[in-house]
Amino acid sequence: MIKYIVKRLLLMIPTLLGVAVLIFFLMRVVPGDIVELRFAGESAFAQKENLDKERARLGLDRPLWQQFLTWMLGIVRLDFGTSMWTGAPIIEEIKLRATLSFQLAVMATFIAVALAIPLGVVAALKQDTWVDYVVRIFSIAGLATPSFWLGIVFILMLLIVFKWLPPMVYTPFWIDPWQNMLQLIWPALAVGYRYSAVAMRMTRSAMLEVLREDYIRTARAKGLWQKLILSRHALKNAMLPVLTVIALEFAFLMGGLVVTEQVFNLNGLGMLFVESVARRDYTLTQALVMLVAFVFIFVNFTVDLMYAWLDPRIRFR
Amino acid sequence: MSTGVIAVLLALALLAAPAGAQDKPRYGGELIFAVPSEMPSYDGHREGTFGMVHPLAPHYNTLLRTDPNDRTGTKVVSDLAESWTTSPDGRVYTLKLRRGVKFHDGGEMSSRDVKASYDKIVFPPPGVGSIRKGQYTNVEAIEAPDPLTIVFRLKWPQASFLASLASPYNWIYKADILEKDIRWYEKNVMGTGPFLFVEHVKGSHWVGKRNPNYWDKGKPYLDGYRAIFMKDSAAQVAAIRAERAHIQFRGFSPAERDSLVNALGRKITVQESAWDCAAWVAINQERKPFDDKRVRRALTLALDRRQASQALSRIAVVKEVAGVQVPGTPYATPPDELEKLAGYGRDIKRARAEARRLLREAGVPDGFSFTFMNRGVPMPYEPVGVWLIDQWRQIGLNVTMVTIEASQHVTELRAGNFTVSSDAQCGYQVEPDLDLAKFQSKEISHNNYGRYTDKVLDELYQKQSRALDPEERKRYVREFERRLLDEETHTFPTLQWHRIVPHSAKVKGWTITPSHYLNQQLDMVWLAE
Repeated sequence: MIKYIVKRLLLMIPTLLGVAVLIFFLMRVVPGDIVELRFAGESAFAQKENLDKERARLGLDRPLWQQFLTWMLGIVRLDFGTSMWTGAPIIEEIKLRATLSFQLAVMATFIAVALAIPLGVVAALKQDTWVDYVVRIFSIAGLATPSFWLGIVFILMLLIVFKWLPPMVYTPFWIDPWQNMLQLIWPALAVGYRYSAVAMRMTRSAMLEVLREDYIRTARAKGLWQKLILSRHALKNAMLPVLTVIALEFAFLMGGLVVTEQVFNLNGLGMLFVESVARRDYTLTQALVMLVAFVFIFVNFTVDLMYAWLDPRIRFR
Repeated sequence: MSTGVIAVLLALALLAAPAGAQDKPRYGGELIFAVPSEMPSYDGHREGTFGMVHPLAPHYNTLLRTDPNDRTGTKVVSDLAESWTTSPDGRVYTLKLRRGVKFHDGGEMSSRDVKASYDKIVFPPPGVGSIRKGQYTNVEAIEAPDPLTIVFRLKWPQASFLASLASPYNWIYKADILEKDIRWYEKNVMGTGPFLFVEHVKGSHWVGKRNPNYWDKGKPYLDGYRAIFMKDSAAQVAAIRAERAHIQFRGFSPAERDSLVNALGRKITVQESAWDCAAWVAINQERKPFDDKRVRRALTLALDRRQASQALSRIAVVKEVAGVQVPGTPYATPPDELEKLAGYGRDIKRARAEARRLLREAGVPDGFSFTFMNRGVPMPYEPVGVWLIDQWRQIGLNVTMVTIEASQHVTELRAGNFTVSSDAQCGYQVEPDLDLAKFQSKEISHNNYGRYTDKVLDELYQKQSRALDPEERKRYVREFERRLLDEETHTFPTLQWHRIVPHSAKVKGWTITPSHYLNQQLDMVWLAE
């Protein structure tokens, strides 16, 4: 098992290197220039000489291989450099937004799991009854409803019916839990609903498959309690694909909630990502892509380890 | 709600503005405003975005400022300088500073601070950014003969010089700090302004509180302010509607204004003004047949600007039919004179017949096709682009619109990778020197996207810039305008942008101007109960 873990950890390195090469060169291919955007758009008095000086200051006049090498050496030392737009350390820029994004991802995951697993199991157990139909309609509606649209509906409902809007500024949970919840519960519900729909359908189909397995029939023939069959034999085995879906969705939430963050005016990683690309802030975009790639790889790695825990066959192999 | 009811509510909201301004100011309260952009650094001498001016201007003073009550945004009044004189040859400006002005750290402000600030703007040392340095190429020397006097010596007379001292970016910094670290102000705040800096959380908000030792006794009226960074305009509207924010100073679209007026009625005041931004058309003269001025002239003749003003102003932030200056400001061409320029006449049928004739003469066949490159920003580029294509279709041109992402658009314009494109001209002050500079020859203007050289235009620019007599200057501005839009038709505006600021009726003492960079010191603003 330890050998397997070490091997998986070492495999992360070439994957991250591949991502680094790809994002570095993709950013340079995209037309647009941070200096033009920052200084030349606003004033006719922005002289070319000034713009060239600024490019030199940011290191953009150096050959591409030199820029890449400097960046890679920085990463090895865990120094991601400074944002080309604000001049602030990238770690600082990300840290500021990561708390909110992480909390939102955790809350949405909690809501999704709390809805998906019981409803998915019930739907599988009551297959083709009205209960199953209601759950399926609920989940299909969730899949068909973009979270940002649901977010807009929440905002309009709160605004029109209650003449109230969630707070516009983020307050960390440890400073004021009530204010924090007032702001984040709505986006968490909007995102969590769509997320739960994906997991709910997966839970239902996985449960249906497992319930038809020989070992379930054997357990029933042995006269085991239905609750015990479900919890010990069926649910645990059905969780493998559900876990994958939940984990990948969680990784996506860390940087992919761009529109939802915009709708609720949340200062999260998704908005930072979009802004950094729009501003051609190479260093920040590269760092964010590396962060998201790392989160995905790490989550996949964790899921693989959990597979081994859930399924002894994988562990013994 | 019907259009009629909205119109009545809107009229009431518009009427509420001047009435509010006459009330007796009330002390206290925190002004909350949305800012649709955020500053890269805190240094006003270095940056260009209004996203820096709105939250930071209340911490600073400038030497002069535009009158906070002047809707044209062109009247220069005192700020840190209480009086000024100009030498008879117009080359020496002597300004007397106020006594007893203190920085937020308690240090006394003197001409040494003013000189250090302007030296940084006009003669920045290597490695220090001063983006508007080009506006001051005329400054020969800055002197501080005594603590309360500052002298600017110019190489030649410059009509806009006083206005340039009222630039909303030219904040006065502390000389001692600049001496130690000239880049200190990129990450810190220390001014003489009406509000002290409290907090900035990137991507979230900026907070300022009342400066109890402000030199203008009795001001500011507010206890403080909170600027909330909000990119999404729907979120800004929702914030004002839910009364979580009082105002967003840049502006809203007509539909957003109507939705606020509809929802809040008398709780909303609407201020509107012609905007010092215009939707222009850039024509690449290095591409045929647009090197022929008859073809360029045909493009402007095809436009029914008056009809567009009525139709587009309902859905987009454009309205006024204008030349090179904001309508209603001192150097703007009066409507009857403007009508004489190509594309500004009232007989559209005749203009379009003339356009077709010019195209025929230039050998451009009926159904000639070209691509119009538009900026990927919906408001107002998208509706204006659609309208342009329809107008050009009516003179037999077949135009395809290609929308390019905003950041790429600037690069493509600069590189000349377009035939005809949307272009925008936005000014931070209503001043011909600023508004016309872009249109000089490509060898002078980095923003001349038409890629033309016109020495006559360059000469006219210099003449208007050096003409100290306003009437003489007006004549040169008119000549410049005629040559640019009519005789050579190097480029042309479609419609002037229209600034719409609906805000909580509680906000008093703030007057809209044509520039969203001006009047942001907030020293006069107060909140009614």
